[in-house]
Amino acid sequence: MNETQTSAIEFKEVVKSFGSQRVLNDVSFHVEQGHALCLLGRSGTGKSVTLKLIMALMCPDAGQIWVDQNNVVGMDRHHVSLVRKKLGYLFQDAALFDSLTLYENLAFPLSRLTKKAKDEINDIVQRLLTDVGLGKHADKYPSALSGGMKKRAGLARALVLEPKIILADEPSSGLDRITASEIDELLMRRKAEHNTTLVIVTHDIHGVRRVADRVAVLDMGNLVAFGTVEEVSQSENRIARGLITE
Amino acid sequence: MRWLAKGLELVGKMGLFSLRVLIDAIRPPFEFAQLSRQLVEVGNRSLSLIVVSGFALGAVMTLHTRSTLVTFGATAMIPAVQAVSFFVEIGPLVAGLLLAGRVGSGIGAVLANMRASEQIDAIQSLSVDSFKFLVVPRVLACVIALPFLTLFMDFAGLFGGFLSETLSSHIAPTLYLNRAFDYLQWSNFVAPTLKTGVFGFIIGSVSSYFGYTTNKGAQGVGEAATKSVVVSSLLIIVADVLLIKCIYFLFPDTAI
Repeated sequence: MNETQTSAIEFKEVVKSFGSQRVLNDVSFHVEQGHALCLLGRSGTGKSVTLKLIMALMCPDAGQIWVDQNNVVGMDRHHVSLVRKKLGYLFQDAALFDSLTLYENLAFPLSRLTKKAKDEINDIVQRLLTDVGLGKHADKYPSALSGGMKKRAGLARALVLEPKIILADEPSSGLDRITASEIDELLMRRKAEHNTTLVIVTHDIHGVRRVADRVAVLDMGNLVAFGTVEEVSQSENRIARGLITE
Repeated sequence: MRWLAKGLELVGKMGLFSLRVLIDAIRPPFEFAQLSRQLVEVGNRSLSLIVVSGFALGAVMTLHTRSTLVTFGATAMIPAVQAVSFFVEIGPLVAGLLLAGRVGSGIGAVLANMRASEQIDAIQSLSVDSFKFLVVPRVLACVIALPFLTLFMDFAGLFGGFLSETLSSHIAPTLYLNRAFDYLQWSNFVAPTLKTGVFGFIIGSVSSYFGYTTNKGAQGVGEAATKSVVVSSLLIIVADVLLIKCIYFLFPDTAI
């Protein structure tokens, strides 16, 4: 079998520009099913764009993006929707729905995309909120939550459909070290129990060392290093070494 | 020439956006829950503004009409003038413009804020078609609600006119109503009221376009709200001219 068939995610010579600014320049990498990839890089180097490309929220200018053996580039709306059901996305600022309570934010995808009974939805939502330490805040609106609480709620929503692949944009930003560790534990438990693939954009080196099977370093639109934490820490690229070592 | 090219590009993009609204409106699944929520937002929450404005406008218009018609000894025509002007033109146009201000700015700002805070991307990432979920119900709610709001404006204007007139001339309600509807035919009333459905489509699709397609973060929220009101108000006035021509062409008897 080739890489495309065994990989959960594969980028093939992906190019993405915004106006005259090239954000990704012939980027290629792959992530095996059940592995965790941490994306590192300075601000504005295309890490969040990479996640949005995987989720098909953006279209690349060139290249192929394979997600669970489907090339999402140029795919029609219906099929993109089917691929997205396999993905969970934690946005950088959580992107919770303002007009819904925390409970409703989590129940929304369950009630729309599954045929689960109300009681079952209630159980799933309460369990997930408890897992992220928000069990007592189910009736609150996002505006009443702190940045860290929003982040945890966003993670709970990303997990609610039990996706095969989780894309997390800075899951530990705005969190204290203990809570950040708990979030990492939650992600690792999900990976171990459900063979879930993780793609995590992060600046938290402790988290990278705990979670990552592979590390990819982006700089100026180029993939400058890819490998295990040890391999990247011995990379010839100065920026890659600088990002992985404190 | 650059502004002309930009203008044409905007017209083209808005045209395609509106076309997508029409196509998605008849393509299942239908978002009935969202539609009913938006009907409450667009209809119920605009009702007080429409009724109060209609009432005040009716009263003021009667005061002005009276001062003119009294010169010609034609004060008996006041109810008819009031009814015809409100049902044929003032009610539909003013209701459309008021809704463009209240609802258009709201739709533009809400959608732009959802875009800026990545909520629209979040909806997409949950395998929900954000266009069908957010845009189509808002446009349909405007199309459905505006004709009803126009009726409320028409009758509130008539009531305001009656109160103003009865305070001046002590006219009886039945006599006022008889005189008001003497000159009004069904065709004077139905076509102008239904044309506000087109105004509703303009308000909904223009405001949704500016909100849904913005990519300027927080700054885009204010811009979307302003552009929604300005462009939809302008288009309503232009559309009104064209629709009146169409109505006169299709129903020649309605020409006053």
